[in-house]
Amino acid sequence: MSTIAIPSRQAAGRRVTATLAIVTSALSDTADVAWRNLLTLVRTPQALIFATVQPVIFVLLFRYAFGGAIHVPGTNYVDFLMPGIFAQTVAFGAVGTAVGLSGDLRTGLLIRFRTLPMAPIAVLGGRTVADLARNLLVVAVMTGVGFAVGFRCPGGAGGLFAALGLVVAFGYALSWGFASLGLRVSDPEAAQAAAVPVTFLLVFTSAAFVPSTDMPGWLQVFGTHQPIDALVNAERALILGGPAAHDVLISLAWSGGLLVVFALLAARIYARMGR
Amino acid sequence: MSQPTVEACDLRKSYGEVRALDGLSLAVTAGSVLGLLGPNGSGKTTTVSILATSLRPDAGRAIVAGLDVVTQAAQVRRVIGLAGQFAAVDANLTGRENLRLIGRLSRVGRAQARIRADDLLDRFGLTAAADRLVRGYSGGMRRRLDVAAALLHRPPVLFLDEPTSGLDPESRFALWDAVRDLARSGTAVLLTTQYLEEADALADQVMIISAGRAADTGTPAELKARFGSVVFHLGFGAPQAAQAAQTALASAGYRPERDGGGLQVRSASGSGELAGLLRALDGRAPDPVSVQVREPTLDDVFLSLTHGGEAA
Repeated sequence: MSTIAIPSRQAAGRRVTATLAIVTSALSDTADVAWRNLLTLVRTPQALIFATVQPVIFVLLFRYAFGGAIHVPGTNYVDFLMPGIFAQTVAFGAVGTAVGLSGDLRTGLLIRFRTLPMAPIAVLGGRTVADLARNLLVVAVMTGVGFAVGFRCPGGAGGLFAALGLVVAFGYALSWGFASLGLRVSDPEAAQAAAVPVTFLLVFTSAAFVPSTDMPGWLQVFGTHQPIDALVNAERALILGGPAAHDVLISLAWSGGLLVVFALLAARIYARMGR
Repeated sequence: MSQPTVEACDLRKSYGEVRALDGLSLAVTAGSVLGLLGPNGSGKTTTVSILATSLRPDAGRAIVAGLDVVTQAAQVRRVIGLAGQFAAVDANLTGRENLRLIGRLSRVGRAQARIRADDLLDRFGLTAAADRLVRGYSGGMRRRLDVAAALLHRPPVLFLDEPTSGLDPESRFALWDAVRDLARSGTAVLLTTQYLEEADALADQVMIISAGRAADTGTPAELKARFGSVVFHLGFGAPQAAQAAQTALASAGYRPERDGGGLQVRSASGSGELAGLLRALDGRAPDPVSVQVREPTLDDVFLSLTHGGEAA
């Protein structure tokens, strides 16, 4: 028995070592590509500034221009608004994933990456991780803006951080969705034009800015069965305080499900690009 | 004859209705340069993309350093370098950052990537610009950086897709020197170009491709001998003298074209034909005051093959 068991244990050990080496190099490649994308982001600050200005304008518009006309029973409107703003911020931020990848496709950098002995997944992983880092920054800025206009987060700091965690997780999953789009369109403007309407539709049919109960029935059916609505509800439960477990689970299920589906889809598109 | 380092057999690739490659075969041996010469849309970039694993052929087989480009693509990527019109560097990184990034992604290792990046920056005359963002580089600097990026892992096989299109002559010659050095040190180089002059200057073998297939292959000298015609230019000073000479040559079976006081005569049989021309003139027309002989260029070969012109 032992004469058979020893070599097979060695073989298994070699397999584990080989797998570990593949995972390690994939992570290292992902870090390298993410680093490159973050440098690009820092060196083209216009993109970062516009990514922040848009949600700031939305905060000001809804807080001061439309807010007075929107009545949410039992809540200060700014506390109702900010979870919607966070969701909107990462949803529009995910458009950047499509724009960035289609830009790399157009310049030819993606073709160079495809002929290097790097881990293929690192091209997508590095892009989405960099966009995740950018989302963290922009969401932090938006939280500060929220506090400046009267956001008080009745659920406490723990609730706020948990909510922001859900927001960033959803943003990451959506980035993979838009990565697929970016790989298909070798024109950043076209990628943006394709991604923005989808995002608009999801954000504005959700309860991000107004309670769903104020919408007509047919719209409610769509608006309340989509991931941004689930995210906003979970955020509100955490930020406003009260029972949150159910909404949080629904949002996590959406984000996890979308991440798996979108990541598989994007990886498949990338792998099949040269066919 | 040693086994070719790059060998493609009957490659086919269509984009929808368009046949980009229609049964192309080629071979490149270590230490030599194969020049793939053809007009836009003839299939040059498609060929390079397939050999560099970024595109899958519909049919046919290609082996690079003993590895199949479709079934062993990951291993092929360790032994190839690609530079040219569609492979790019990142405009928002510095030259040095670009090379270090690509070095690490080429599995060179962090420390080695730094050393080789500095070496290559030096070799391609980019040391002074190494820490500037590439978006501020000139076209020539970008191309040199692009070629440097293809060399970080010291690949034994190098694909250069129109590496000098749009470059000024000085940058072009510098790049030619680099390519010659690489071939001399044993690299197998496949180079595509639209410039006949470039193929003539660099390539050991030239393949002329047209509509996705090889129209002809040979050394530049062989192709010129096979297809090019020598052009004699005879100057007579006065148009009347040239006219008399034209009549004399035409009656001897030549086809001279007159241009003022000069005549142009093409001959497929080489520069030895000069004696025959002078004999035909002897006593029937004034002696020419000047004689120029232009040896055939690859242009002649190229035009006769790709435009169905008279093939000598």
